[in-house]
Amino acid sequence: MTTFNLNGRPLTVDAADDTPLLWVIRDLAGMKGTKFGCGIGMCGACTVHLNGRAVRSCITPLGAVADAAITTIEGLDPQGQHPLQKAWIETQTPQCGYCQSGQIMQAATLIKDYPNPTDADIDAVMNGNLCRCMAYVRIRKAIKLAAEEMRGAAIHE
Amino acid sequence: MNKFAKYQDQAVPAGLMSRRGFLIGAAGTGFTLAFAGAGLVLADPATAVAQHAFEPTIWYHIDQDGIVTVNIIRAEMGQHVGTALARIVADELEVKWESVRLDYVDTDPKWGLMVTGGSWSVWQSFPYLSQAGAAGRIALIEEGAKLLGVGKDACIARDGVVSAGRKSISYGEIVRRGNLTRSYSADQLKAMPLKKPAERRLIGLPTKAIDIPGKTNGTARYGLDAEVAGMVYARPKLPPTRNGCTVTSIDDSAAKQVKGYIRSIALDDPSGTVPGWVVVCADSFTAANHAADQVKVVWTTGEAAKVSEQDLLDHGAKLIDDPKGGSLVVADEGVEQAFAAAKTTLERSYTTSTVLHFQLEPLNALAFEKDGIWEIHTGNQWQSLILPTLAKALGVGEDKVVLRTYLLGGGFGRRLNGDYSVPAALASKAIGKPVKLVFTRPDDVHFDSPRSPSVQRLRMAFGEGGKVTGMEHHATAGWPTQVMIPVFMPKGKNGEPYDPFSISGADHWYTVGAHRVRAISNDLANNTFRPGWLRSVGPGWTNWALESFMDEAAHAAGVDAVAFRLGLLDAQGKNAGTAPNATGGAARLAHVLKRAAEKAGWGGALPKDTGIGVATTFGQERDMPTWCACVARVKVDRATGAVKLEKLTLVVDAGTLVHPDGALAQTEGAALWGASMALHEGTEFVNGQVKDSNLNTYTPLRMRDVPELDIEFVQSSEVPVGLGEPGTTVVGPAIANAIFAAVGVRLRHIPIRAEAVLQALKEQSGKSV
Repeated sequence: MTTFNLNGRPLTVDAADDTPLLWVIRDLAGMKGTKFGCGIGMCGACTVHLNGRAVRSCITPLGAVADAAITTIEGLDPQGQHPLQKAWIETQTPQCGYCQSGQIMQAATLIKDYPNPTDADIDAVMNGNLCRCMAYVRIRKAIKLAAEEMRGAAIHE
Repeated sequence: MNKFAKYQDQAVPAGLMSRRGFLIGAAGTGFTLAFAGAGLVLADPATAVAQHAFEPTIWYHIDQDGIVTVNIIRAEMGQHVGTALARIVADELEVKWESVRLDYVDTDPKWGLMVTGGSWSVWQSFPYLSQAGAAGRIALIEEGAKLLGVGKDACIARDGVVSAGRKSISYGEIVRRGNLTRSYSADQLKAMPLKKPAERRLIGLPTKAIDIPGKTNGTARYGLDAEVAGMVYARPKLPPTRNGCTVTSIDDSAAKQVKGYIRSIALDDPSGTVPGWVVVCADSFTAANHAADQVKVVWTTGEAAKVSEQDLLDHGAKLIDDPKGGSLVVADEGVEQAFAAAKTTLERSYTTSTVLHFQLEPLNALAFEKDGIWEIHTGNQWQSLILPTLAKALGVGEDKVVLRTYLLGGGFGRRLNGDYSVPAALASKAIGKPVKLVFTRPDDVHFDSPRSPSVQRLRMAFGEGGKVTGMEHHATAGWPTQVMIPVFMPKGKNGEPYDPFSISGADHWYTVGAHRVRAISNDLANNTFRPGWLRSVGPGWTNWALESFMDEAAHAAGVDAVAFRLGLLDAQGKNAGTAPNATGGAARLAHVLKRAAEKAGWGGALPKDTGIGVATTFGQERDMPTWCACVARVKVDRATGAVKLEKLTLVVDAGTLVHPDGALAQTEGAALWGASMALHEGTEFVNGQVKDSNLNTYTPLRMRDVPELDIEFVQSSEVPVGLGEPGTTVVGPAIANAIFAAVGVRLRHIPIRAEAVLQALKEQSGKSV
């Protein structure tokens, strides 16, 4: 039995410690927004937050998240209106959309670390997230748009 | 009619497309507006609809609240096709976009041929959807006029409302109170007044795609997300090669130690789709995954297990050497004479490596039998191809199989081949439970239907004054259409069948005198693996060769590469183009070429070791040309051979753009695919298997590799043509031509690796010493 916090709620699951967190989230917790792409942590489709930092859930064993806080795309914003999500729609970024949960979760960490990200920051942090439709131009644009909104909000707080 | 549509007649009654009538009948709490076969037009529409006799194809439904639901038979895989198709209907129907809903339908014979590929969706559907929308508008105006007590000529329809002066009535109210029941003959339908381009209120204007919000919040549902109560999970245990393997023994003693393991099933497949496949079942995917690693299967292997990439290329070259083989796709008179009389000739060969689809959602399918019907839950691009195969595999009638529709986590042609659904169905039949089969990434890659390696040889004859008087293009590769649906192969001029998708592009719009195009199937490739259709298919290699060769020919002739092409794009004879699809012909290609050169500063000064190169394409096929030109700017590092792609300038004439931002997104993605295949991707067969299995060694283009993109569309009200693929094929040759411009070395193989550039630079300096 392992207990952790998933999107603000405690969850206890009966699965082996080496079970990848990805499949716990998808098949035991039933949250399908986090995707399976490569299984070796190199495409980023399975990206979630572990205590607020982006990690690859396909190579994160369940045993490593005991008592931790996990956030998935479903929990990023209660209404799905995080500035990144709004920017993704505004720029019409997704094509097939399969990688985009992971892109958004990775971008959330990026903006936390670099509130005003440069192209080089975006290259460095987002290079681990493969978009096979190659919507990269729009991902970059959406990140900048969301960062701008979040900086504006921060100033007004 | 494109090559493909000609063969639709084999699946649906002959001549259906041209003889269809249209009917409107009450259904549920609204009216359904549907095409009907010729025989049904005279029937009572209400009865026909009530009896669901509106075959072959229903298009949309309008309810008492004026909500319009458009049925989408195409796969949604990133192109926002539902949005584009629904806007065609909604524009003619004169409804508010906010009133439109999409229904991505499951398979049913009434939909006719279900396939999403070839960049055809908008082009094929536009005339029919326009007529369907117009027929609805006319009927609503007629009924609205009656209800308002005015003449129909006094009425206009706009935003879901029919109005005459100050009187008005909503579509919803007309549906509630009026009788829209109508029947139109094919001739009446053809005469239906379509709106002029200037009157369009949705087509060509900005909009947001309906499928996008769900893709930002985790609610979008892909095949991988499908579940049903009581299902078991499974992973395939794949034989060494696609063909020629049989299971000798299965030892699952170690797998039995994995908690949750259920059993391993050697599939018995009457359809022959998955020879030698074993499916490992467990109570979770993790358990199935671990157990599959532990199961020991011994296979007998066939000849394919000895074949490697170089064997495939060598075999291709040998096939080209035999002048008698293959199918003549273009066979002008006088080719021999042109070359015999030539002042000079040029001959070059080009090759391409095996390429993986690597769609990000690994292959998967959920299969189960419910109430005598086999349900297959998965994302798929060619339901009409795999459904009969599934029926054969399961030993049931085609009416006992239905494919449930999901979003596709990438298609790119991989899911035109629905092979992955067969093992799920067979395993479910064997185990008597629903089976959710998920391929790991290495499984997915191992039996991708990859783009075949190719070998091509091109020749050009120059006569007096450097005039081009003859050209030959010989191309060989594995042929997906031959392997998966040979009935779709037309016959060439010499009576030999050919895969149209594997040679398209060589039948270009340049005027080159006597022209010969020969397509040759690489039988060794077909026997070694299952070749697939991959984004743009044949033009992915034919245009690589053609546009590299045009550059070499220009240099050989001592003419600027843009000027040389423009000289051949004279829009004369067969290159003049015909209405409606190819109006303007080669002149439109010349236009985009000039514009791209101008935008990219063609002929201007550039820094050291930096060059720009140009290429054109007409997209997928002569019957549906998408006119496209690209200028690439690269910088070559002479010390490492590394090529830095700095900028791509594309100018595209795709006729009317139904969903302009979707068109731009498709072209952005296609162009970067082209760059990725030219510089970053490519694998090779080693002993019958692709060498790469995952992203640790297979390296598609990523964020930091993205060049500056400058994409421009020609404003046009011509027929809308395809956009999913054309941008892909123009980039590779533009890059190779730019490398030549930068450092003077010619690369004739893609992908272009730094080592190859370095080697070419060494040879160049050796020569100059």
